[in-house]
Amino acid sequence: MKYILLMSGTTAGVEAYHAWSKQDIEAHMAVLLGINKDLTASGEFVATQGLADPGEARVVRGEKNGEPVTDGVFPESKEFLLGYWIVDVASTERAYAIAGQISAAPGPGGKPTNMPIEVRQFATYESKSH
Amino acid sequence: MKYMVMMNTMKASEGVPVWPKEDLQAHIAFMMGLNKELHERGELVSAEGLSFPNQAKLVRAGKDGRPITDGVFPESKEFLAGFWIIDVDSPERAYAIAARISAAPGAGGTPLNMPIELRPIMSGPPPEMV
Amino acid sequence: MTKPWDATSEQLLRELAPQVLGSVARRFHDFAAAEDAVQEAMVAAFTQWPQEGVPDNPRGWLIQVACRRMTDHVRSEIARREREMAVAAEAETFSPTLEIEPDMDPDDTLILLFMCCHSALTPSSAIALTLRAVGGLTTAEIANAFLVPEATMAQRISRAKQTIKASGVPFRLPSRHERVERLPAVLHVLYLIFSEGYVSSIGSHLQRLDLAREAIRLTRSTKTLLPDNPEVAGLLALMLLTDARRAARTGPDEELIPLDKQDRTLWDHAEISEGVELLTAALSKASVGLYQLQAAIAAVHDEAERVENTDWPQILALYELLKRVAPSPMVTLNHAIAAAMVYGPGEGLELLRALDGDPRIAGHYRLSAVRAHLLEKMGDHEAAIKHYRIAAARTTSMPERNYLTAQAARLADD
Repeated sequence: MKYILLMSGTTAGVEAYHAWSKQDIEAHMAVLLGINKDLTASGEFVATQGLADPGEARVVRGEKNGEPVTDGVFPESKEFLLGYWIVDVASTERAYAIAGQISAAPGPGGKPTNMPIEVRQFATYESKSH
Repeated sequence: MKYMVMMNTMKASEGVPVWPKEDLQAHIAFMMGLNKELHERGELVSAEGLSFPNQAKLVRAGKDGRPITDGVFPESKEFLAGFWIIDVDSPERAYAIAARISAAPGAGGTPLNMPIELRPIMSGPPPEMV
Repeated sequence: MTKPWDATSEQLLRELAPQVLGSVARRFHDFAAAEDAVQEAMVAAFTQWPQEGVPDNPRGWLIQVACRRMTDHVRSEIARREREMAVAAEAETFSPTLEIEPDMDPDDTLILLFMCCHSALTPSSAIALTLRAVGGLTTAEIANAFLVPEATMAQRISRAKQTIKASGVPFRLPSRHERVERLPAVLHVLYLIFSEGYVSSIGSHLQRLDLAREAIRLTRSTKTLLPDNPEVAGLLALMLLTDARRAARTGPDEELIPLDKQDRTLWDHAEISEGVELLTAALSKASVGLYQLQAAIAAVHDEAERVENTDWPQILALYELLKRVAPSPMVTLNHAIAAAMVYGPGEGLELLRALDGDPRIAGHYRLSAVRAHLLEKMGDHEAAIKHYRIAAARTTSMPERNYLTAQAARLADD
């Protein structure tokens, strides 16, 4: 079963992250890299991606005179996607466990960030009923 | 250049669309046609639908290594309904694809004009993730 | 001397794979390393033969290439051990030119099947390993079939082989008693491969392997190896009788078409005949197994020329038997549908109530979908619409979601 694990944040949150000490950032990244390695070794890894700075984001709403209507950046308080993991696991519990590990990645002073990770199951294109 | 194209759905309480049958068919045919075209142009990396927000869970690191899962979300939360990863030659092409998606037909065949989020993604993992 | 690569060559290669693996594993007493070596030989064949032609002795070619890989592997292992321990290596040395035809045992494929479906493996590991070692598919093909990166699939297979190594399973045919005990696991894996094979082509912008066909092929091989086993025949019959309906399952816009609405002229009647024949022979052995029962139900459906001719009382009786032999919430659900067809939707709905308290199925989309269907038959359209929509929001299958949403819309439009 495939799941996507979503890590979101706010502009304020991202700014705070950039203000961590170099060691804290490296420690955080090292744990996430370790999780990726473990997922590869366990045969559960499908994909992971960090998304670019939200300043590059656009919201597109329909077309006017054949041209896309684009909107700008996210308001200060709005949550946006920072990155995701896609995993192929044997159970929902396993997906939650991986999300829990990501959430436990260390922040300033080595304390777990305890970030909430949203877990969503992929829809499949299969139908087995008949 | 690669982009993540995100389609969101509003509240967790909303269910499947309640449009007439022909409108549902038109919407599905529109999306299928778009995917086929993107695939033929070599622009489609992946297209995924997610299961409904009523199954979404938020996971945090627990105290004893066991994750804490929570199914309660704020009323105002937007949920990812599905996403595309596209690989295109220019930002304008990405906006055009997003605009197409946004204009997918809904009830009565009227373009939905959904807000489609466009985020550039790195073609490889960010330097820190390698 | 070579023959040109043609439409049958790929199939030939796949059939040879387990035979080659058997020979090499038997010779070197190392299943895991042999499997890697054979995989490399397969990839080499897929690369070279289309250009250079199929060798006159394709099996010999594969064995030779695989054995060369093995000796390289063994040599480097010996060298490593010598370096690490500074102790004389084993007395055995391997000459670079080996006989092209080491003994081939027809039971090798059966040995591999039991090994790859070992109960120590998780279902997804067993499926991956079986497809590679017995099915002769490449890692890339299997990865593509399951929509995961090749490296991930390679790891799964590697770990599966480590599990087998750790379990100490020897490379020999299990005893008769062991075979009886372990056959259900083999059949289960084959069945899982088959049911993975139902893909609607919405979203199948990737070229995917026909897993249902692979499963049928592997089950046919199993039946050749175990010709008197009624459950193997039952499983093959079930697959054929289900696969026979394939062309009628999806409409022109990729939409799902349920059994009672399918155009039966599109069913594969040759497959149905074969399935019925297999089943009749299996049932005559006076044993009643899970797959035979499921095949019997499929046969009753498939033998009805028109949906109105479906022998529902017989299907109901078969589900009653299935409920005793292998009870499960899904069986209860299907039994309720059959009961509704014989005694009316009210009876079916009554039987569904028992499932509401069963945590294994209470929130499952199929329960809501069946309930909606029966409510519609009762004439309670409002309740039916509601349950169709609940089911649509619960299923993770896109084709099912679209189908159920459309059913709600159909009723709402009236």
